[in-house]
Amino acid sequence: MGELQAVTDASFAAEVLEAEGPVLVDFWAPWCPPCRMLAPQLEAFAGEHGDRIKVLKLNTDENPATQRKYGVQSIPTLVLFEGGQEKQRIVGMVNRDELKRRLGLSG
Amino acid sequence: MNAEVRNVVVVGGGPAGLTAAIYAGRFGMSPLVLEPGLPGGKLTLIDRIENFPGFPGGIGGPELAQRLDEQAREYGAEFRAVAAEAIRRDGALIQVATGDGEVTARSVIVASGATPLRLGVPGEREFLGRGVSYCATCDGPFFRDKDIAVVGGGDSAVEEALCLTRFARSVTVIHRRERLRASEVLQQRALAHPLIRFRWSAEVIAVEGSDQVEGIRLRDRQGESLLPAEGVFIYVGIVPVTGFLGGQVELDARGHLRAAEDTATSLPGFFAAGDVRGKPLRQVATAVADGAVAAMAAEKYLTGDGV
Repeated sequence: MGELQAVTDASFAAEVLEAEGPVLVDFWAPWCPPCRMLAPQLEAFAGEHGDRIKVLKLNTDENPATQRKYGVQSIPTLVLFEGGQEKQRIVGMVNRDELKRRLGLSG
Repeated sequence: MNAEVRNVVVVGGGPAGLTAAIYAGRFGMSPLVLEPGLPGGKLTLIDRIENFPGFPGGIGGPELAQRLDEQAREYGAEFRAVAAEAIRRDGALIQVATGDGEVTARSVIVASGATPLRLGVPGEREFLGRGVSYCATCDGPFFRDKDIAVVGGGDSAVEEALCLTRFARSVTVIHRRERLRASEVLQQRALAHPLIRFRWSAEVIAVEGSDQVEGIRLRDRQGESLLPAEGVFIYVGIVPVTGFLGGQVELDARGHLRAAEDTATSLPGFFAAGDVRGKPLRQVATAVADGAVAAMAAEKYLTGDGV
């Protein structure tokens, strides 16, 4: 379990849209307190399920093009991509268990 | 198996819970605080607190949160980053179920706070994160140079409207009454602000848009109209977080925990502090006052001094 790998406007296509499996992207910014709350939950989640779902973080301050393209206007927002398409979106703080449940990974 | 019995478990790490932990720690009760998010609770979402005594010029919410957290740890409070999910009386003891096993306690201070009330209109849920927000501090920067709306007329609504003027091109406050409920100093500042407009006696009927929020449908004395806006921030009240108590603690008519002057609830060993309890004024100052009283009451309960 460690800090999540970052994705940028420049690497988004290769790392997310053209990825083979599902990718969960954490849209965050340094000034957002709930984002800081979410980070350890997400790191724990990635430690547990990183083999099935790639988890990346995207700083919305530094990567406004991707933020605007996906219309993210509230952070933290988690977006699950698969085959280049948005499959699911979770807005706001969630804990690890709720995240697993929302993504259908619990049990 | 975890057989350790805690003297007091504090549910919630906002200003009420952290103050309870400071006092309980100083009473030698080794409090355990259950807080799934950041210590400080809602404080961490408040840009600036101007009316907390002792801080002329105000203090940032996150900074006050961090100071309270540090002070609680100084007196031996422990923290666990889990939520309380259920409670069960077990003779003289209390079992608190969390997302990560049970905790056994002799007393519980409920400082679980409250969550924002929804308007309950079409579009509100659909556009969450696409223009609908309950946190100006979190999402304000996404609305740079845009026209946005704030719904509500209390302290929170007006404070957040003022905060949003740092980013937005215009902020329209939509309020269902003819005048604000917010404190006089905030009212004066908002009424005089060049970027803030008001729609009085107006009710939100729907949030509209395609991919993102594009406008807010209102009804007022002139009838229905569409207010163009790319964002809407909703501050119409709060709902106390009491679900984990499973109806075992008496609530008042508005769903807050009924608590006496000394914070004792209807269930022996349970004390209520902060936004979760019924009281006339919900402020950081009253939350910390509740926390201090609750720690004292829990201590008296444990030592059998009667309360």
